[in-house]
Amino acid sequence: MVDINKVALQLVDIGNDAARGFPFEVQPIPGEQEVLQIIIEDREELPIFISATEEQILCIAYLFKEDEIEDGMLAEVNNSMLLSNISMPLSSFAKLDSQYVIYGALSVNSSLEDIVHEIEVLSGNTTEAIEAISEFLN
Amino acid sequence: MQLLNKIFTSLRGSAREAGEAYVDRNGIRIFEQEIAEAKQELEKAKRDLTSVMAKEMQTSRKMDSLGSEITKNEGFATQALEKGNEPLAMEVAEKIASLQEELVEQEEVQKNYVAHIDRLKAMIKKTTKALTDMQRQLGMVKTTESVQKATTAITQSYASGSSKLLSAKESLDRIKQKQQDLDDRLKAGEALNDDFEDKGLEEKLKEAGIGESSNKASEILANLKAKKK
Repeated sequence: MVDINKVALQLVDIGNDAARGFPFEVQPIPGEQEVLQIIIEDREELPIFISATEEQILCIAYLFKEDEIEDGMLAEVNNSMLLSNISMPLSSFAKLDSQYVIYGALSVNSSLEDIVHEIEVLSGNTTEAIEAISEFLN
Repeated sequence: MQLLNKIFTSLRGSAREAGEAYVDRNGIRIFEQEIAEAKQELEKAKRDLTSVMAKEMQTSRKMDSLGSEITKNEGFATQALEKGNEPLAMEVAEKIASLQEELVEQEEVQKNYVAHIDRLKAMIKKTTKALTDMQRQLGMVKTTESVQKATTAITQSYASGSSKLLSAKESLDRIKQKQQDLDDRLKAGEALNDDFEDKGLEEKLKEAGIGESSNKASEILANLKAKKK
């Protein structure tokens, strides 16, 4: 089981490490399930949410809501996302209720390096995915 | 398996209230209990297997020694016959007969052990597979529960905070704008740097007495003198 608070503290240090060139902030979100919000510099609008279960660490970023899709384009968007899913390194598309998300799942045995790498890749994939789908969005 | 089908139906269904927990806590506890029992069963089967395998090996060794004992006595009996000692040969033959009887018994025991080993191995395989399946399914249920809770926490955090969730396009536009600003700043910085570098060159040229004259004052004075004349 991952201690999410311990991970949070370590992530704070890495996020502040200017030499890495990937600055980000870590904010814990209170709730029944512990969630970390990772706010990446210059990409504050698309934060990454990290939560952990006994088996895996989930990193999730929100893409868009179903009602942001242009009328009549839902099937097209779903199809395009499924088709491109496997080409995206480390990340996959999913849907939580009406919210489309992009996420990566890591083993609970992942190193801190792995988690940071995941955040970096996921953040890049997030903007790229929205860019690719934006022609179908309102 | 059936469970994913259940999750499918539950998450897809419009009947589901927003934020309604899919997961039945009590169901999870029962499931965890079953997993714990399966684990115990597996551990016991593994211990049993070890002890039965040890017994089977002992029996095999006993069979080997009985076999060589028989061969040895057969030699004795032949020698006794060669020497014409029929009664002795008979005595040895009786011993061989009892050894053979024991060998048959041990073979029977060994066969039973081998069958037992096969059964235990099959059972271990089956339980291991069932356990992996159950753990995978429990993982599915727990992940579903965890993600739902996380989503609730995130949504509540946004609802209570000052930050609002932008549309994807708005977010992307802002991020692109920031990227553009950064690019512009970098470019401006580069231009400024170039200017500095140029100045450096001018200064070097001046020092070398090349280009514009550095002795402006004397030039001005000379000009004024020329005007006066």
